[in-house]
Amino acid sequence: MIKAILVFNNHGKPRLSKFYQYFNEDMQQQIVRETFQLVSKRDDNVCNFLEGGSLIGGSDYKLIYRHYATLYFVFCVDSSESELGILDLIQVFVETLDRCFENVCELDLIFHVDKVHYILNELVMGGMVLETNMSEILSRIEDQNKLEKSEAGLISLKNVNLPNLPNIPQQIKDIKLPDLPQAIKDLKF
Amino acid sequence: MALTKLKGNLERILDKNLADLVRGIRNNKENEVKYIAQCIEEIKAELKQENIAVKANAVAKLSYLQMIGYDISWAGFNIIEVMSSNKFTFKRIGYLAASQSFHQDTEVLMLTTNMIRKDLSSQNQYDAGVTLSGLACFINQDLARDLANDLMTLLSSTKPYIRKKAVLLMYKVFLSFPDALRPAFPRLKEKLEDPDPGVQSAAVNVICELARKNPKNYLSLAPIFFKLMTSSTNNWMLIKIIKLFGALTPLEPRLGKKLIEPLTNLIHSTSAMSLLYECINTVIAVLISISTGMPSHSASIQLCVQKLRILIEDSDQNLKYLGLLAMSKILKTHPKSVQAHKDLILLCLDDKDESIRLRALDLLYGMVSKKNLMEIVKKLMVHMDRAEGTQYRDELLSKIIEICSQDNYHFITNFEWYISVLVDLSRMEGLRQGHVVASQLMDVAIRVPAIRPFSVEQMALLLETSSGFAVRGITGQVAFSSMCEVLYAAAWICGEFASHLKEPEAVLECILKSKVTVLPGHIQAVFIHNLMKLYAHILHKSSTPDEKERAQLTLFVLQERLTPFMQSADLEVQERASTAVHVLKVISKLQDASEGDAVNELMQLFQGELNPVAPKAQRKVPLPEGLDLDAWINEPEPESDEEPKADGGSLDIFYKSSTSAPDFRDGYQGEGVYDETEHVQSDDIRQRQQVRRDALRVEQANNPHYLKGSSQARRSPSSSSQLLSPTEEIPVMSINLSVPLQVSASKKLSDKYLELERSKEASSDSKKHRSKRDKKKKKKKDTSDEEEVVENVAPQVISTMELPEGARLSDSEDDGRPQTDPHRALNIDLEDHSYPKEKPVVRVTLEPAATTPPAKIKISKSRNGVEGLKEEKAKRKKTKQEKEDKVAKTKGVNLNDDLDFWLSASNGNEGKEKKVVTKGETTIDETAMSDSKKTVKKKKETKEKKEKKVKKEKKEKKNTKDCDDQNNHLSEITTAPVAIAWKSLVDDKRLIMKYRVVAVPHDEHQVLVPVQLHNRSSKLIHSMIFNVIDSSNARLCRGQHEQDGVELPHKLTSQSRVEIPFAFAVADNTILHQLRGVLTYMTQGENGSVSEKLDFKLQIPSSVFLSSEPISGDQFAELLASQELLSKDKAVCEGIALSQAIDRVSRELSMRLVEMDSSGASASLYCRHSTGHHLCILMKSQADGRLSIYGKSSNPSLVSSVMEEMRQMFA
Repeated sequence: MIKAILVFNNHGKPRLSKFYQYFNEDMQQQIVRETFQLVSKRDDNVCNFLEGGSLIGGSDYKLIYRHYATLYFVFCVDSSESELGILDLIQVFVETLDRCFENVCELDLIFHVDKVHYILNELVMGGMVLETNMSEILSRIEDQNKLEKSEAGLISLKNVNLPNLPNIPQQIKDIKLPDLPQAIKDLKF
Repeated sequence: MALTKLKGNLERILDKNLADLVRGIRNNKENEVKYIAQCIEEIKAELKQENIAVKANAVAKLSYLQMIGYDISWAGFNIIEVMSSNKFTFKRIGYLAASQSFHQDTEVLMLTTNMIRKDLSSQNQYDAGVTLSGLACFINQDLARDLANDLMTLLSSTKPYIRKKAVLLMYKVFLSFPDALRPAFPRLKEKLEDPDPGVQSAAVNVICELARKNPKNYLSLAPIFFKLMTSSTNNWMLIKIIKLFGALTPLEPRLGKKLIEPLTNLIHSTSAMSLLYECINTVIAVLISISTGMPSHSASIQLCVQKLRILIEDSDQNLKYLGLLAMSKILKTHPKSVQAHKDLILLCLDDKDESIRLRALDLLYGMVSKKNLMEIVKKLMVHMDRAEGTQYRDELLSKIIEICSQDNYHFITNFEWYISVLVDLSRMEGLRQGHVVASQLMDVAIRVPAIRPFSVEQMALLLETSSGFAVRGITGQVAFSSMCEVLYAAAWICGEFASHLKEPEAVLECILKSKVTVLPGHIQAVFIHNLMKLYAHILHKSSTPDEKERAQLTLFVLQERLTPFMQSADLEVQERASTAVHVLKVISKLQDASEGDAVNELMQLFQGELNPVAPKAQRKVPLPEGLDLDAWINEPEPESDEEPKADGGSLDIFYKSSTSAPDFRDGYQGEGVYDETEHVQSDDIRQRQQVRRDALRVEQANNPHYLKGSSQARRSPSSSSQLLSPTEEIPVMSINLSVPLQVSASKKLSDKYLELERSKEASSDSKKHRSKRDKKKKKKKDTSDEEEVVENVAPQVISTMELPEGARLSDSEDDGRPQTDPHRALNIDLEDHSYPKEKPVVRVTLEPAATTPPAKIKISKSRNGVEGLKEEKAKRKKTKQEKEDKVAKTKGVNLNDDLDFWLSASNGNEGKEKKVVTKGETTIDETAMSDSKKTVKKKKETKEKKEKKVKKEKKEKKNTKDCDDQNNHLSEITTAPVAIAWKSLVDDKRLIMKYRVVAVPHDEHQVLVPVQLHNRSSKLIHSMIFNVIDSSNARLCRGQHEQDGVELPHKLTSQSRVEIPFAFAVADNTILHQLRGVLTYMTQGENGSVSEKLDFKLQIPSSVFLSSEPISGDQFAELLASQELLSKDKAVCEGIALSQAIDRVSRELSMRLVEMDSSGASASLYCRHSTGHHLCILMKSQADGRLSIYGKSSNPSLVSSVMEEMRQMFA
């Protein structure tokens, strides 16, 4: 089971938080903060697993995370999940985001957190892995976008395209997908 | 109407959308809180509007605010409004907000039941999909109960997308509403074989989660999972299944044996690291569960360890981490295999990655030996110096103690070194494990008598420098770090083993001098008590008048200094102090009167040898009859403002601070050991303690710690400031100390032992060396040379532990799953069909729509009324369910039996082996036997049919699969259960004889031939004699008196069967043996008893000695190319397809398919004879439909006999 999925940037600002077990808002914020502290002090060349400790759940739980440019993607999982499998799931998630947002960057996550949630909902449901096949995921998202558009014709939503934002530093624009270690790439779906 | 709509649109355009909100927050970084407060006001206004689009926009913004930490539960009702919109766009926004903010106890959820039911049955699959996703996050018991049936229906939806989500959601339903599991389970099981891989995967996922917590209920699914495992190529699913098997194997070792082979194949073949890793993990689990090591298993362990080594050596830190993690599991059962890789693991201790270091630490305890222990500990101490973060330091500390103390201090050769290590540890800063170090110090001192002098000496030193433990807090108050716990041990050791002290007065002074009052209460108490012991010792030792005078002085000082403690706020301290002061008074009186033997009286108080108490001893003390520990002895006072403070200084070694006997423990708080012993001892010397008792009686009357009538008022608590001042005012009397042995801070105490050890190794001249060492150890004056010589031999460690009579350490304990764990409720035996179905899931339709105002919130409470109305409906449902139940029942029963058969098929040989021993002597309940045989046979037939069917399906798929799949597939074929069919031997009108031939594992010169006798007549058959004419190469194994045939003790009633195993010795097992034999029997003819005779010809084929062994394509090619296989043979068969032929030979002749060419026209097979000869077979289907078989082997008779068998088989 996945207990929580957190996305935050290099400064610990939450970009997405999904808890599959109830914590009140204050506790959620504290968990994000603590997780950030644990994860951010680790070098990029150390392993991507972290014993969760007292944070969520206890000894059966692990934090499995990946760091892409300015963002950390952290999954808190118990021992029923395969560690390498979850790493791969994170990769699928990020690649899906990349496809949906066309070169995803932190800004996309900042302004479209709802869409990110909808995408995540196609991968994970109630803490269990729902789908790992990217083409299937993408086609489901596409279908739902179409459905939304057909309804928007009737309601005419405000334009959600982003205007230029001068106050965002340029360097966070691109989340580059780093080369995966061979071991993880091998997992085929 | 149109106007309001237009107005609404206009307003909406003026509203902020989500992006505007985010932007606004970013632009208002300085006064974010204020800005958000303003936004929330706007949102509240928007929520009041009629327009659903405006509301949805507001709710979307709320979801964002929730993420950054704002409570949005106040908008719960509005969220439900948005959820109920019939537009997908809004519905999705609503469900997202709900999934983020709702939880089990959200009250508005009870309004949603009907709305969710409607959404679930929506025509649009995405409406339902969004609903399912949302529901998975906030489902509670009511929703689960009310919607269970709707979700069950969705399990058979036509849309895979919905099925997939519904399957996953069922898990959440089970957690909230365990009653749903039983009716839903058959449906769920069907989903394991759903045509859609996504649904299949989801079902596997759910069952894995269920089985992880209650594995035994899911054991019967093993065959299905096994099939999935050997056929699926979905790595995600394979990982789940393999993990599941890891959980199941401990319950069923036979399963493990079956798994080893396919898993090993996967390990060899897969290229996905994640899958490889999980396979290794499960193989390890299997190996752990099979304790009896079969020879082939050591190969499996080796394989695992080798693969893990590759992982650990990988540059990828993740693989390294996982490799170490898996290694630690092997370590528990097969330490030797891991120890071979000690170098690698020690290397990982220096890794830059803390996670990896921690994992390496876990492995360390298996790596130590007497030789390297010092080195390793030294390394860890260095790490501890450098490490940042208390958690890692604490981890290091407990690991050091763990590896040193393991196996009763087995690896410690030099206890002086160990005590020094502990002392060093106690001087480390920022550790939180003081009590662990303390209990170690005490444990070593108690259990290693030889080390007591040294230990006492070190402890005296510790007490002297006790101020080192003081930490000045922020407020300027002196506090002690957690390490002050060692003072507890120090004081206790000094007191208990005072006879080893050189300067007891000095120690006594040290204890009095230290800032005792700031220490935790339990340490103060132990100080006071041990002062008494020290004093008793001083008194005892003093012989000269001068010494006596000094002892007298000490008595005064003690009396004076201890008196303030009688007002301590800590009850334990108070009691100890009072006791001590009064005892001192009595002593002083006795001395003044110079009558009696005051010294011995005092010494009696502290006499008695101490033994370690077993950890569970306290719990094992049998409860005396009539004692109710929970009953009040005295009714509690209505108000007690002073509670005895519970402290955390419990010592795990002596008693577990657990729950079972708190009433006992309170009395012994902080002084686990000697109090108990003391009480026991006191029985013997009761009379001599009369004096003390008299003195104490007054004291006890005033002490709240003694149980007495509640009328006694408690002593008023004194404030700590009152207590502090008198203690500090006391003038410090200095006693001449010998030169104190200061421990230099820069160099660790324990280092010198390591150096010593090293230099010892370096220098061979032991004499010279010894003198050197003497110099080094100036402080150890009383150590004689002899002792030094013995030093290398580890001192004896007392390993006995005290336990109450009759109790054993190994008594089982509760599994300790917390009561709140929802999985407890899910421990349902799913095969138990006796369970009555009287509780159908009642479907309650709530009439009010979801959008009704919260005034009707209590609606669910009136459910009972609704239930009455729905009774009829429920009844109808019941009958339906009963029907389903029946179906499930028959299925379930089959499955259960199937499992046994499925499991036993692979190792039937073993069972047979046992029978050899009891050959001919077993009296078998014939009817029962025949019954079971019948069923087994039937099952076998159906089983075989099933297998064939499955295999056919596989075949069809096969051609489309790529090469990689093929490997998986190949292993699948060869692992099919080997069921040897009965062959007809001979029959007449009364008796049918069948037989089969089974090889005896690990014995290449014996076969087992179970012969089945079936009486088909209506008469009794008895006095059967079985005989075979031995050939030069094969003979029947018989007893001494059975040269003329084996008399069978069985009496065959009409229509009964019996199976009798015979063992045959075979000299040459590469050829086909034909043996003539005869069976004579007596039966009832028309004219009384008749004797009948049956002649038969028994064949022992060489193929029973063949075993399928994994071989890679390359190895196979190499083998063929080598000059080894010189003997050839050929056969041509008609009327059989290649696939069928492969199927049969792999099953009946234990051959393994090595490769098949892509066109499917030819295949190579391989097997190995028990003598080690190879046998390679090539099968080719010819254009004219015939099948040619070519055999090659390193043994001529083997190839010809096996080919002959195949000819017969396919004839």
